[in-house]
Amino acid sequence: MTWVLANLGQIWELTVAHVLLSIAPIVLGFLLAVPIGWFAYRFRVSRGLVLTVCGLLYTIPSLALIVAMPTILGTKILDPLNLIVTLTLYAIALMVRTATDAFDAVSTDVIQSSTAVGFGAWRRFWQVELPLAGPVLLAGLRVVSTSTVSLVTLGALVGMSGLGYLFTNGYQRNFPTEILTGIVGTVLIAVVFDILLVLIGRMLLPWARVDDAARRGAGTARVKAVAA
Amino acid sequence: MIRFDGISKRFPDGTLAVDDFTITIPSRTTTVFVGSSGSGKTTLLRMVNRMVDPTSGSIHIDDDDISTLEPVALRRRIGYVMQNSGLLPHRTVVDNVATVPLLTGVSKREARAAALDLMDTVGLDRALADRYPSQLSGGQQQRVGVARGLAIDPNILLMDEPFGAVDPLVRSELQQELVRIQKDLAKTIVFVTHDIDEAFLLGDQVVILKTGGRIAQVGTPAEILANPADEFVDTFIGAERGRRALSIQTVNGKEVVVDGTGRLAGILRSPTPESGRSA
Ligand SMILES: Nc1ncnc2c1ncn2[C@@H]1O[C@H](COP(=O)(O)OP(=O)(O)OP(=O)(O)O)[C@@H](O)[C@H]1O
Ligand SMILES: [Mg+2]
Repeated sequence: MTWVLANLGQIWELTVAHVLLSIAPIVLGFLLAVPIGWFAYRFRVSRGLVLTVCGLLYTIPSLALIVAMPTILGTKILDPLNLIVTLTLYAIALMVRTATDAFDAVSTDVIQSSTAVGFGAWRRFWQVELPLAGPVLLAGLRVVSTSTVSLVTLGALVGMSGLGYLFTNGYQRNFPTEILTGIVGTVLIAVVFDILLVLIGRMLLPWARVDDAARRGAGTARVKAVAA
Repeated sequence: MIRFDGISKRFPDGTLAVDDFTITIPSRTTTVFVGSSGSGKTTLLRMVNRMVDPTSGSIHIDDDDISTLEPVALRRRIGYVMQNSGLLPHRTVVDNVATVPLLTGVSKREARAAALDLMDTVGLDRALADRYPSQLSGGQQQRVGVARGLAIDPNILLMDEPFGAVDPLVRSELQQELVRIQKDLAKTIVFVTHDIDEAFLLGDQVVILKTGGRIAQVGTPAEILANPADEFVDTFIGAERGRRALSIQTVNGKEVVVDGTGRLAGILRSPTPESGRSA
């Protein structure tokens, strides 16, 4: 504890660096995965290919990908872009399948009737398909967020800042307190991100909770009816 | 007036859903397509707003060949109501009713005010305006669906088994409501159902369909009941005909009327003063 208090300044700096390194891959991954997922949902032929490529991408060891990035991108070894691009690719790999499922889950009745009352394809996407895919997209985004925050620690192995530094440094000095601090800090960031996402979800998708409650209500009613 | 002219539809998988269908649907009346499952009713209905394009033949609305009209614009001027309402689950009742006016650029305030009026028309309590569809009963959802279909005050209203998924009591309420609304608004309604009872109740013109959208008979309910065109129609309306065929029986010296199923339909009152007093 005394170590933590004594090094609060450095820990805070590492935390900020960690947060900044996490945000870009989460946001970019989401923004890229949604259209790719929609494409796979809309054009059945492309679906198998897209989902397989994403699955394969995810099996490449992350450290290998980070190390290979300077060669691929022509960046310097210490450029944060290496980590950001790698984690964005992982985020996409994780998110595309969920995005495809999210669009799949939108009721065809609703899509048909929206078309029937005069939504063109463009407006139907923005006003019907995307919002209705929202709850599943959000669930996927929460997984991506947590996974990304945790993966950012890998950056320390290639000289990037972030809470992962506390792992490598603590390991070299054989100092468990420092490692533990890194773990707790990483978990806290992940939890705060998750809470923020849930709050954003409540704001943007107020109907989803009502829907949920209605379904649960119907469920309980059925259970009661059976019990009676 | 809507005119189907030699309409056929073969789906890409080879199914011939409609085979050479020709009919005229007069304006400001209700035409009901009735037939068993798979007879092509939905396919026919969806051709009117170009959700489905025919393989051959033409459809005219008044003097316009609809294949020359832009589908999205066409759909925005035709009301559409379907089974399970097809409401937008993420919009409140009032916004659902206002969907099409909002699409066509009517201001939010104006569209909502009109939507509230429409809720009155279809017998929905205004207190439900800010609920989401999942918070309504099936019958209420269908009313919202009907209100949405009426929101742009269309000349044509397409209804695909709109009351198919609600219980019989609510269904009959909704049917009565539609009869009342139609009396006031006099839309050109094309209504699809597989319930012959509903067809005879709502239809000015009833079209009985066989598989492949082949017409078994067209006529007013009275014409069809009185003169079924063939055995198919006879069987199809059989139960209904039986129920409506009344006969007189004498029970304990009194004359009673029974229906085709042998159930008591009423008592026959003769115009004599004596039975008048006893009744
Ligand atoms: N998109 C489609 N692709 C292939 N076949 C189709 C398609 N839509 C309908 N069909 C077929 O066309 C025929 C007529 O279907 P349609 O939905 O018009 O029947 P319906 O009279 O509305 O039946 P129901 O009372 O069950 O709603 C059926 O054999 C159906 O399987
Ligand atoms: Mg149908």
